[in-house]
Amino acid sequence: MIATQLAKRQNRLPGILEHASGDKRFKILEAHMKKYQFKQDALIEVLHKAQELFGCLEDDLLLFVAYKLKLPASRVYGVATFYHFFTLKPQGRHTCVICMGTACYVKGADQVLAAVEAKAKIKAGETTPDKQLSLLTARCIGACGIAPAAVYDGVVTPRQTPESALEHVKGWLGDDH
Amino acid sequence: MIIDDLIEIAERERAAQKKHVVRCCMAAGCMSSNSKGVKERLDQAVKEAGLAEEVEVRGVGCMKLCCQGPLVQIDSKAESEGATVRLEARGQGPLYLKVKPEEAPSLIGSIKGGQTPVGRGDPNHPFFTGQKPIVLANSGYVDPERIESYIAAEGYQGLHDVLREMTPKEVIDALIKSGLRGRGGAGYPTGLKWATVAKTANRQKYVICNADEGDPGAFMDRSVLESDPHSVLEGMAVAAYAVGASQGFIYVRAEYPLAISRLQIAIRQAKQHGLLGSGVFESPFSFNIDLRIGAGAFVCGEETALMASVEGKRGTPRPRPPFPAESGLWDCPTLINNVETFANVPSIIRKGADWFASIGTEKSKGTKVFALAGKITNTGLIEVPMGTPLRHIVETMGGGAPDGGKIKAVQTGGPSGGCIPAEALDTPVDYDSLTKLGSIMGSGGMIVMDESTRMVDVARFFMEFCMDESCGKCIPCRAGTVQMHHLLAKILERKATVRDLAKLEELCDMVRHTSLCGLGQTAPNPVLSTLRFFRKEYTDLLVEDTFGPKEKTCG
Repeated sequence: MIATQLAKRQNRLPGILEHASGDKRFKILEAHMKKYQFKQDALIEVLHKAQELFGCLEDDLLLFVAYKLKLPASRVYGVATFYHFFTLKPQGRHTCVICMGTACYVKGADQVLAAVEAKAKIKAGETTPDKQLSLLTARCIGACGIAPAAVYDGVVTPRQTPESALEHVKGWLGDDH
Repeated sequence: MIIDDLIEIAERERAAQKKHVVRCCMAAGCMSSNSKGVKERLDQAVKEAGLAEEVEVRGVGCMKLCCQGPLVQIDSKAESEGATVRLEARGQGPLYLKVKPEEAPSLIGSIKGGQTPVGRGDPNHPFFTGQKPIVLANSGYVDPERIESYIAAEGYQGLHDVLREMTPKEVIDALIKSGLRGRGGAGYPTGLKWATVAKTANRQKYVICNADEGDPGAFMDRSVLESDPHSVLEGMAVAAYAVGASQGFIYVRAEYPLAISRLQIAIRQAKQHGLLGSGVFESPFSFNIDLRIGAGAFVCGEETALMASVEGKRGTPRPRPPFPAESGLWDCPTLINNVETFANVPSIIRKGADWFASIGTEKSKGTKVFALAGKITNTGLIEVPMGTPLRHIVETMGGGAPDGGKIKAVQTGGPSGGCIPAEALDTPVDYDSLTKLGSIMGSGGMIVMDESTRMVDVARFFMEFCMDESCGKCIPCRAGTVQMHHLLAKILERKATVRDLAKLEELCDMVRHTSLCGLGQTAPNPVLSTLRFFRKEYTDLLVEDTFGPKEKTCG
């Protein structure tokens, strides 16, 4: 995918920049890059900000960052795909993150995940077709003392069971679930 | 900032201390059980009761017993004790467990002799009395968002003494004498590492704090950063002075938002007070610290991968040598230590190397913080002297498995470590004893497993982790972990034969010896250690070898 983009890069960039000039979020992002003096080593910080502003890192956004930091698009794409925290696909309105760290796992996080997967009819890492719920897993959120833990829309919730997890996501799923 | 200012801040802070201190845990574990709401209601209740003059509600860092959060403890000073609560008397007041916001008024009422229905914990339980806090000495006592609180606990005095009274060489000698070893897992002597960086002639050097605590089941570094961020900053500043660095980085996981925000506050406050930046304590020493936020890659806990990530690249390791101490970040000499290692430094400077060396065993000095989790009654954070028997930690302090279960194994060291069987629980916990058992000290995650845990499943779980987290740079790790995972899954599906098991062992050996970095080299450890102690669980799952080599047909 990126190979074709690279070929078209010359053509695409003016369009992206024009689009960016009308979008306030690009201005904020650029200000953030300026804070780091457009240093190339700040790439990960910049991508964090970009994802915070836009929700996900789409191709145009990555090309914009590459252009501004004077980095090859391949390098930016490489970094964006290397790290788990960055997502290239739009997320659902709500997120449910089930921690699958060891402590959570031995206390039954796999059953919690299976219950939510069955209910939402999606697998971990996917988003429901109506874009309401993204189901994710985490490596370890460091909340092992209260295992199994889950994060619903950014709120860490302790001691989950399949029932309590379903209770949490119930409102976020459509009628057909 | 000069020493008089520091003493003045400390004295002002101590003088302002009220008669009763209500400490409310504000670390991530308790926060998730709504300790923020508890603290707000406590504040409100103090105002309503008209006790603002004598009661202080203080949000503090981790109070250690995470499973019973939110925790609230009320320390009161006796009339005869003068102005301050004596240090040794701290933590003896009534400890309240699982506090709900609506219970706040009755807790405040209890200070004046009222009754409260909230469940009480026992501060004299072995879980608390068995601890020897050095790294966590301030955790649960100081307010992590106020530098004054840290200064009142003798914070930054060590840094002052170092800058004013010690040469860099004396600092390094003290560290060597203390016997402190790296707390990130490998256990390399910290003083020697500092000496190597100090010896290099480069003008530009860096100090990095590795706070990329990727091991699942470990949360010591998170707790230290959330509870006592200034101790890490002070430790880094001492290190920077000793090795001659002027720039530091803290690489912290994006999964720890609270730790990030507390570090940001701490760095800002330290700069405002002239404890970071140029001319620290009006000496020629300058030191800045920047935060770098990780983005969810386990391999970035490996030092060369971490440095690549700080440089804004993909976090892939590179061969060593050259070691970071000689050629690290941007090819400059770089000192890289774990959070807990740095957090030990201020105490060593303040109390002396001999004091530190008197704790622990002959080869492993000091204390170690462990995150106790899994199938155990008291989950939370413990800090014990090196050499404490595992049984004491798990059974006496941790209270054993809940609901009368039987402990089967203790997993240490995360995906790089191994499972220690119940029979070996009398092993003292230090670097060398754990290595002998095929596990490692690791960063300090300790996960207790009971009879219901299937060891082959645990091995598969860790292998899946390593497979996903392999950066893909070297083939043994990239391809080997996938194959090992397949074989483990096959065993679990009851489709594997003796030959598959033999192949698994062969692969373990190959991946271990040929991988580029620590991730691959230690990825087989969970398999090897479970095979060593729980081989029967593997063999029970094997099926009869139905076709021999001769009958094997193509296609």
